Amino acid sequence: MSVDLQSRVSFRLLGRSVLAFSLTPERPVLDWFLELDRRVLGSFGFFTDRPLVLDLTSIAPTKAETLEIVARIEERNLRLISVEGVDAEWLPRRYSPLPKSMQPVGMPSPPESVMQSWDDAQRVDGQASAASEKGCTTLLIEEQVRSGQTIIFPEGDVTVVGSVASGAEIIAGGSIHVYGTLRGRAFAGTNGNTRARIFCSKFDAEILVIDGLYKTADDFDHHLLGFPVQARLDRDVMNIEAM
Amino acid sequence: MSKVLVVTSGKGGVGKTTSTAALGAALAQQGKKVVVVDFDIGLRNLDLVMGAERRVVYDLVNVAQGNAKLRQALIQDKRLENLCLLPASQTRDKDALSEKGVARIIKELRTQFDWIICDSPAGIERGAVMAMRHADAAVIITNPEVSSVRDSDRIIGLLDSKTEKAENGERVEKHLLVTRFDQTRAGRGEMLKIDDVMDILSVPLLGIIPESEQVLRASNLGQPVTLANPMSAPARAYSDAARRLLGDVVAMNVPMERFNLLNMIFGGRAA
Repeated sequence: MSVDLQSRVSFRLLGRSVLAFSLTPERPVLDWFLELDRRVLGSFGFFTDRPLVLDLTSIAPTKAETLEIVARIEERNLRLISVEGVDAEWLPRRYSPLPKSMQPVGMPSPPESVMQSWDDAQRVDGQASAASEKGCTTLLIEEQVRSGQTIIFPEGDVTVVGSVASGAEIIAGGSIHVYGTLRGRAFAGTNGNTRARIFCSKFDAEILVIDGLYKTADDFDHHLLGFPVQARLDRDVMNIEAM
Repeated sequence: MSKVLVVTSGKGGVGKTTSTAALGAALAQQGKKVVVVDFDIGLRNLDLVMGAERRVVYDLVNVAQGNAKLRQALIQDKRLENLCLLPASQTRDKDALSEKGVARIIKELRTQFDWIICDSPAGIERGAVMAMRHADAAVIITNPEVSSVRDSDRIIGLLDSKTEKAENGERVEKHLLVTRFDQTRAGRGEMLKIDDVMDILSVPLLGIIPESEQVLRASNLGQPVTLANPMSAPARAYSDAARRLLGDVVAMNVPMERFNLLNMIFGGRAA
């Protein structure tokens, strides 16, 4: 038998990155699940198909508890990709802890921009690489963020010169600045940065999130709509105030 | 220099096909060689609005698959000799169209026409992406209502990412055409204002087409409204828009029906 060298297909290995969110249950676990349900319900499908890592380090559960927690998350149709902080033998292999290179690092790593849309890979790669070349941790978007687009920048702040449309998302490790109208969703401080803020020159948002704390349009003070505002955390409460 | 223009919207029923026919005819009236291409495979309509439904022999899919020559499928308009139609297939589905086939057709059309106007299907799937793929410019059709505006925003995002121009780091030239605009309802605050639409989409305005029964009447007669009744308000609005596409500076106003005043005086029964 001979191998036809000519017919060999070329093999490409492309880097891909996705942002996974980490769930950290607290005791009492039942209360934590009630809170989780409230968040999932209030987030208009934010968690649909979003990869989640379950970090059980802080509650150090027994094997039975671990299986119970995982089962409860599975029955909520959340997309769990890994369970950390427990004996890996307890769980099916598909939930093995992520490889070392994918685990959170304590020190800020060199900026490596991630920018993608979940469904149809929207451009802006050029801008993202420009940001990392210059070693700055702000991503500057010079145009409108359109409905259906997601901008993800876990390394730092996102500044949008235009508006963010209804149905668009900005996810930033740091603060979010929108110089146009913020009509879509803004997720700031996703890496656990409680000092992150959301600024916009005209406020008409769908959801604001800072470090996992939500406020949806129903919670907004209607007097603020259409005005310049900033949102920030004061302990565990989000304050939205006029500027 | 030929120009490929896609007429698109995201949402259905906002007036893509009507606008394709009207703009195509208006550009042809200005002396340009124009072809209107129906990309709505399986739900073709442009042939009806152009009044050519009985003359369709071969279609876009036949040419894309190499079963017919382009000149066999092109239908010349009976009123304007420099206006042609390339119809869609009614019996096939969108998957029958190959990317290579479409690229070859557009390339060939570029050698024969000044303007190639692609009528996009509704939605954001393959068919719509195929129609915008080779565009140099886009006319985004929007009705002054929130659902239509949001869908247009979505389609603008695709124009900036899925077109050949975008992939080469260039921009597709974008124009906003607001259709079915009703002055009285806008005055009562029942519709989005033009300023609000432009604020949300931030795309330069190509024209405002008033809601008019003339549009429906022309479509049912199988005539682009710009040919059926050139003096009607929508026809004048489309002609102005076509002139702006050609680079002319035309003052932006919403054309009104001229007999409105008479209608009011004679109790609205004059027609």
